[in-house]
Amino acid sequence: MNRPGEVDQKVVEFAELVGAVDPITVVGGRTQWAVGGTPESGTREVQAPAGIWSHEPEEMTVRCGAGTTLGELSEQLARYGQMVPFDMAAEATVGGVLSVGHSGLRRLKYGHIRDLVLQIRHVDHSGQIVSSGGPTVKNVSGYDLCRLMVGSLGKFGCIAEVTLRCLPIPAVAKWFTGVLDPFEIFNRLYRPSAILWDGNRVWVCIEGVESDVNAQASLFDFEEVAGPPSLPSGGRLGVEPKDLRTYTQNDEDKWVAEVGVGVVHSERPGPDRSINAVNRSLMKDLEKRLDPNNRLNPGRQVLV
Amino acid sequence: MVHKSADEKLLSDLRSFLGDRARNGDFELGLYSKDGSVLKGDPMIVCLPLNTDEVQQIVLACRKHDRPFLARGSGTGLAGGAVPIGEPVVIATAKMNKILDIDIDNRIAWVEPGVLNLDLSRELSPLGFHFAPDPSSQQVCSIGGNVANNSGGPHCLAYGVTSAHVAAVEVVLPDGRVTILGDLTPDSPGYDLRGLFIGSEGTMGIATKVAVRLTPNPPEIRTLLLDFADVRDGAAAVSAIIAAGLIPAALEMMDQRAIEIVEAFVNAGYPTEADAVLLVELDGLPGGVEHGVQVIRSVAESHHVGSVRVAVDDSERALLWKGRKNAFGAVARIKPDYYLHDTVVPRGKLVEVLEKVYQIADAYDLIAVNVFHAGDGNLHPILAYDSEEKGVLERVQAAGRAIVTASIEAGGVLSGEHGIGLEKRDYMGMLFSAHDMATQDLVREALDPDGFANPLKVLPSGSRCSDSFGQHVPEGAWV
Repeated sequence: MNRPGEVDQKVVEFAELVGAVDPITVVGGRTQWAVGGTPESGTREVQAPAGIWSHEPEEMTVRCGAGTTLGELSEQLARYGQMVPFDMAAEATVGGVLSVGHSGLRRLKYGHIRDLVLQIRHVDHSGQIVSSGGPTVKNVSGYDLCRLMVGSLGKFGCIAEVTLRCLPIPAVAKWFTGVLDPFEIFNRLYRPSAILWDGNRVWVCIEGVESDVNAQASLFDFEEVAGPPSLPSGGRLGVEPKDLRTYTQNDEDKWVAEVGVGVVHSERPGPDRSINAVNRSLMKDLEKRLDPNNRLNPGRQVLV
Repeated sequence: MVHKSADEKLLSDLRSFLGDRARNGDFELGLYSKDGSVLKGDPMIVCLPLNTDEVQQIVLACRKHDRPFLARGSGTGLAGGAVPIGEPVVIATAKMNKILDIDIDNRIAWVEPGVLNLDLSRELSPLGFHFAPDPSSQQVCSIGGNVANNSGGPHCLAYGVTSAHVAAVEVVLPDGRVTILGDLTPDSPGYDLRGLFIGSEGTMGIATKVAVRLTPNPPEIRTLLLDFADVRDGAAAVSAIIAAGLIPAALEMMDQRAIEIVEAFVNAGYPTEADAVLLVELDGLPGGVEHGVQVIRSVAESHHVGSVRVAVDDSERALLWKGRKNAFGAVARIKPDYYLHDTVVPRGKLVEVLEKVYQIADAYDLIAVNVFHAGDGNLHPILAYDSEEKGVLERVQAAGRAIVTASIEAGGVLSGEHGIGLEKRDYMGMLFSAHDMATQDLVREALDPDGFANPLKVLPSGSRCSDSFGQHVPEGAWV
């Protein structure tokens, strides 16, 4: 239920733990801990509550503590043939993945992870609980603070509880590879789940019923493989999808790009990306309003 | 209150660059005093800009003369979001209606806000793409309005609402600065202001260009019509279809009264003796679609379906959809006016809340007709009435509030796709605590600290710090 005043006891306890005074950071699975820099020393570390609090298979929604690991979430959902396609490490937490805001490898089909979020309850800088969004699969009630929280690296509050939209696990999911033109694959296949490219070889994930997966795969000279290649983990950059062809031509390091999406996984960190002065001033203003005493993840930066 | 002489100065400032596209004649002011809701406001001047530069100049002129402003697309909104309260300047984007660039490699089109939703998809169709959000008003509603309201439509069940389909928005901010929120890269740097702006109902600025995502047209589409002798079986079938792991492209329901009026209107061969029908659309690759048809047949049979009709060709498919998309207009056959509601409940509570809707309508002596997005639990009860009847509006309003209350009590939300606007802003406290709303207002204020953009919308006045232009919805706003 989602009425004012009706909040899970674990969220209330988490709000007490977060308090209203000292510098604080929420630790998840530490799988993407370095993104945005680490918090200043002296920052108190807390963990968000964990556990799946309700899963209603026929509603295709799940409500859980932000400290729940993706492994635990997947295990619960898989029992009912469902998933949340975050595609990150099993020990990563739901709150951590959303705070960083990086989507997984199947974004081409499933979209950005922020579009899977229905409701977030977070503890704000003053130790108070804030609810945004709503528990149903569709909702436009009030300002969309959920989207603002995704990718905010905990600078706007400590995520305590999340309600997510679930999707059915496809009947068949296969990976294929070949030395092929990834852009032609992108244009000819109907909504593949992922197209990865290292400048030479392509890996494609196709999901659906068996006959469709096989028919799509037969359009190219593919070889079936167990899964995606291992990705360089030094950096993650983003470019416009159409710029991938030229962007990566002269890069001598190893890289793997997500074709149609524009993410490039590389060995070196990408350059800092500039934010125009107007947007920067709006974002700075939001930071000041939502964390006036700079106690939320001090030292960690969204605005580099 | 601003003095009349100041108003004349503002008008003359606006005319200096807009010419006769800044208007204050009775005809325009009357036309722009309302939107698709049953509310009425009081516009001061109506402007019809042609480009971003003119929108910016209008905003700066309004600031100079201390006058609020309000952006308006096609005015089809149903929550009063485009009803001008506090005598604002209306900035109508209808003349900004060009598709600027279609970028197939990025699967993006840059469009002006006045482009109509269906016109965009028609333009994209020969290229093999469409814009996924498809509100029932898609023939006339604008992309700018879709952005303001984070609009949905039947096909959002599978494809998601507007926010998932907009990569970037050029915005004239309430202080007159122009910027682009979001970009075409996968993760635009900084916080997601784009996501915050979409659905903010014009209270954070005015969209002047929109980068929409192109969705590939599905190779195979199948549309089915299922009829049920008992609406409860139909609703249970909806949950069972989803629980079977199927996400149809659309899953719509109509109740008995809706079937009757729609059939009389479009002659699509809807079974008028049925208690409820489900209109189900599956799309994608042929194998998946065929599998979906089988699942739906078997679920329908175990839920006592009367018949399963599968559209044999595009024209039959179009006919079945014509019934659904014209249902609201068809209501005119029983009463001259209607009030269309929008709430969402968990799918499993559809029957319970539907029964409450009928009870509420009976209690207030109104006629309820239900045509809605059953797949995502998005109810659209239509209360049909005759505005000539004395006191009927008070009954319609009271019934509306009772429907919202019943939906929230069932674990639902205030609005699925129409927005909060003016209609539901005083209901926000049913869903959010005072602190939740104060936080939302804190965020809104970051973009519009002085409350110039579409004042008095979305948040109840008590939670807003900066309603410089009045605190309350004026008496007589309900028409």
